[in-house]
Amino acid sequence: MNTTIQNRKVIIEIKDLRKSYGDNHVLNGFNMTLHEGENLVIMGKSGSGKSVMIKCLIGLEKQDSGSIMVMGEKIDELDRATLDELRTEIGFLFQGSALYDSMTVRENLEFPLRRHTKKFGKLKDTTPLVMQALENVGLSQTINLMPEELSGGMKRRIALARTLILQPKIILYDEPTTGLDPITSKEILILMKSIQEKYTTSALIITHDVDCARVISNRMILLVDGVNYAEGTFNELATSTDPKVQAFFK
Amino acid sequence: MNPIFKIIKLIQSFLLEIGELSFFAGRFFRESFRRPFEFKEFLRQCFYMGNRSLLLVAVTGFIIGLVFTLQSRPTLLEFGAVSWMPSMVSISIIREIGPIITALICAGRIGSGIGAELGSMRVTEQIDAMEVSGTNPFKYLVVTRIMATTLMLPILVFFGDAIALFGSYLVENVKGQVSFLLYFNQVFNALEFGDLIPATIKSFFFGFAIGLVGCFKGYYCKKGTAGVGIAANSAVVFTSMLLFVIDFIAVFVTDIFYDL
Repeated sequence: MNTTIQNRKVIIEIKDLRKSYGDNHVLNGFNMTLHEGENLVIMGKSGSGKSVMIKCLIGLEKQDSGSIMVMGEKIDELDRATLDELRTEIGFLFQGSALYDSMTVRENLEFPLRRHTKKFGKLKDTTPLVMQALENVGLSQTINLMPEELSGGMKRRIALARTLILQPKIILYDEPTTGLDPITSKEILILMKSIQEKYTTSALIITHDVDCARVISNRMILLVDGVNYAEGTFNELATSTDPKVQAFFK
Repeated sequence: MNPIFKIIKLIQSFLLEIGELSFFAGRFFRESFRRPFEFKEFLRQCFYMGNRSLLLVAVTGFIIGLVFTLQSRPTLLEFGAVSWMPSMVSISIIREIGPIITALICAGRIGSGIGAELGSMRVTEQIDAMEVSGTNPFKYLVVTRIMATTLMLPILVFFGDAIALFGSYLVENVKGQVSFLLYFNQVFNALEFGDLIPATIKSFFFGFAIGLVGCFKGYYCKKGTAGVGIAANSAVVFTSMLLFVIDFIAVFVTDIFYDL
């Protein structure tokens, strides 16, 4: 395990997280820590609770019990204004990109800037920030296009640009390569790595793509039935003899 | 399942929906008066809802005025009361037909549109994306739309009424050689503020109901594309029902005031 990263400050800490929908117990005591500058990959089968966990983390869902600390703040105890302010430090890349259909690429990128005058001051012209974010993902020529005019890979990159525009300290990726062809997936992974190096962000990546985990992760957690089943670096887990762990790498 | 249990379950889910809708309306009123105000988006919605429904309301209003006059004319002729036509048409259209028909059209046009739009935004996680970017999606999407429908519907009703009266005038002009001035002179002689004010007030309520139900159905849309279809469809059905209930209450209350 990378000891340098492990010695850095803990930026997210989840303890004994539980969440159920009726009789369906999705998370059954999940624990996790994310350090500054770390890329933590969480792998699990569909329905293992990965997306629910990430939604609890950002405050989109409320956990039944357990605690979530993000940059020293307890998420479920924050009022709306403080939570919104904290969210400017957390970027979220949605599985389906979640670009606003009725807005152009420029408007999509400008949208998160509207309410965050504390971070950037009152911006008269957002163009430099929008252009910088688009240049980061190599799509500055798409500024006036509508989302329907973009390919799946381009949409994912624009969504990443929208995530980056608030200059977050943490980026949460929900299945960043799902639904993309292998070449585009590789491009997205390279982009994620370059962003991490450029801005020294921490990243929490939810995926079931082994290639994605291999390329990007410093550390991995395998989520089975809503609890941590195994934890370690990619190499440690890939060489494990446990059949349940091996099933992820086949 | 036992049919009695089925009925009980249906009533239960209906009451639950009414409760949730009331809670949603309560949240709308709370959020409406809190800063920040999404004024730009409100104006944009007013433009879209008003502008895009204009043609439909105009065509429907024109045909209703035309047909109503054509159908009533023979009966009034039989009684030698055809000179009452402008008064009868104007009172019926201004008091009842104009507001309810325009509201039903807008329920289909605007209500289903809102239900489908917000539903697809929910399904594709766009509402979640707004939330995590620090924008209150309820304020941005729901408050602006409900306010826009509440404000735009009375305007559309006025417009629809005017076009319907014009349609009626055309029939009278062709069949009875009634001049424009004479026809509208009779229309305005027959009308009182007592006809106009209750109709305008209930149009605001109609607009509010269209926006509220459309937003409610779309905002809490179930996952999947089927959910979007259900949201749009049930928005129209539920709104149409609600419009008749509001209309009944409005007529009942107006009647009490007339008696006084």
